[in-house]
Amino acid sequence: MSNNQVIQVEGLTKMFGDFTAVNAITFEVDKGEIFGFLGANGAGKTTAIKMLIGISIPTAGKASVAGFDVFTQTEDIKKNIGYMSQKFALYDDLTVKENITFFGGIYGLSRKKIKKKSEALIEELGLEKVAHQLVGALPLGWKQKISFSVALLHDPKIVFLDEPTGGVDPITRRQFWEMIYKAAHQGATVFVTTHYMDEAEYCDRVSIMVNGKIEALDTPKKLKEQFKATNMNDVFLKLARSPSPPDSN
Amino acid sequence: MKRFIGFIKKEFYHIFRDKRSLFILFGMPIAQILLFGFAITNEINNVDIAILDHSKDSTTKEIISKISASKYFSIKQMVDREADIASVFQKGQVKAVLNFEKDFSSNLVKEHKATVQIITDATDPNTANTISNYVNAILQQYQKSLNKDITIAYQIVPETRMVYNPELKSVYMFVPGVMTIILMLVSAMMTSISITREKELGTMEILLVSPLKPFQVIIGKVFPYIFLSIINAVVIVMLSIFIFNMPVKGSLFLLAVESVLFIISALALGILISTISATQQTAMMISLMGLMLPVILLSGFIFPISSMPLPLQVISNIIPAKWFIIIIKGIMLKGVGLEYVWKETLILLGMTVFFIGLSIKKYKIRLE
Repeated sequence: MSNNQVIQVEGLTKMFGDFTAVNAITFEVDKGEIFGFLGANGAGKTTAIKMLIGISIPTAGKASVAGFDVFTQTEDIKKNIGYMSQKFALYDDLTVKENITFFGGIYGLSRKKIKKKSEALIEELGLEKVAHQLVGALPLGWKQKISFSVALLHDPKIVFLDEPTGGVDPITRRQFWEMIYKAAHQGATVFVTTHYMDEAEYCDRVSIMVNGKIEALDTPKKLKEQFKATNMNDVFLKLARSPSPPDSN
Repeated sequence: MKRFIGFIKKEFYHIFRDKRSLFILFGMPIAQILLFGFAITNEINNVDIAILDHSKDSTTKEIISKISASKYFSIKQMVDREADIASVFQKGQVKAVLNFEKDFSSNLVKEHKATVQIITDATDPNTANTISNYVNAILQQYQKSLNKDITIAYQIVPETRMVYNPELKSVYMFVPGVMTIILMLVSAMMTSISITREKELGTMEILLVSPLKPFQVIIGKVFPYIFLSIINAVVIVMLSIFIFNMPVKGSLFLLAVESVLFIISALALGILISTISATQQTAMMISLMGLMLPVILLSGFIFPISSMPLPLQVISNIIPAKWFIIIIKGIMLKGVGLEYVWKETLILLGMTVFFIGLSIKKYKIRLE
């Protein structure tokens, strides 16, 4: 692999019985890139992500994440990635600090490092007042930010975000994307799925999945030109509605 | 190892911050054992009875005074006419009426035979039966004291001796049963709920994406419950020894080992339940219906297995609790060692291994 590509996927396929959930997808993600992974519900996004983060073994194809093979080196992959799901999964009955300590701990960070990191994180997010409150009492937007920071706690090479902005208000979403930019600026690669097409515009490159296949992959600007659309929303609708891609030849 | 300790710590936070699970863990065992020990009992004490004495002679008086002196009965009222018996029962004031025939004493002397009728309220058949047995016993005793000097040829005297629980204390029967239920409840239900909770919250996914291996996650989840179940077992045994004076005749060490074995089999069942249920509610329902009911009904805890219809007897064999109850009854009440319960222990061990294997397999399938 070239040093610059942290995710390489070639013909990756996942079948459940006769049903092909992910159909021979191929793409690469560069280091430090914000890669948007779009698709309607049931298009196969979540299945694809599960293969990339090492909790589902592909049926066929090849893929490497952070330089490790998704078939044989899932344990190494797990050490090098961060993951945040659409549920912002934190423990509601633990305090902010306890959550940070716990997740730092399962990634094997030293106690000293956890302490340093959690202090920095709490200061950065302005959480001093609620650091010892139970997470369950916090608003959704805060949980989302903490969840993202926790996913970055062990300085992963790649962070996978599965619909990270579901259910939060536009202002919080905006702030959240600022956090994503900052993480990318510091060298992390961000792999993000979303339903919000305005967010797709923030990505460096975007892939759109339809029925298990990647039907389009380019920068938002070029996709809009290619599909003669004014925004990503139109691109998405044109793709999702057409039975076959408009320019397959 | 450090990761593991962090995980366990988190698990204890969950348990100690949730009042509901704290109650199930510690309130329930104590409440159950006290309830079964004191309230739910097969023994009779101070049962109210009435007397209808047609003869009012020295013999009947003696018998009546013997009955009222026993701690089992208290004579609530004297009835004068046969016609009143029905109304006494209907008012629900007494559980039994003793009806001494006319000329009791002289009949006894002249004809060597006198009759007393024991009328019991059989709306509660068990109690009625027990009352009549107790009255019979008192009458027998009195009769024996009359016949002291006379020897009758060819007399068969059945001498019943109740071994291992001579006073027929029901708490002796309930302690092993309650202990089984509690261990099952804590181990299987609580673990299945706590694992499905992580699934529901989405944190299970995060844990599986972390460098922790799936089996580490599961061991981390069940370990606190092994610990708490052992504490529960100790509390139950202590309560039965110090409050109910129940002896533990066998080796405490063997009792502990067998309990841990049963706890592990229940934990494996809990993991199994968590793999097939998506929500905490489902896990709880499956645990209650699928585990608790069979434990209560088919394990021989309350209803003797030998008097069940054959199909149920066969089914009872696949319930781990049945074997555990046999084992701990043996150890606690009979004081037997492993040489007498090795067969049951082996069955329990086999079941445990089977459940662990099955839950690992199921767990792996779910990960796919």
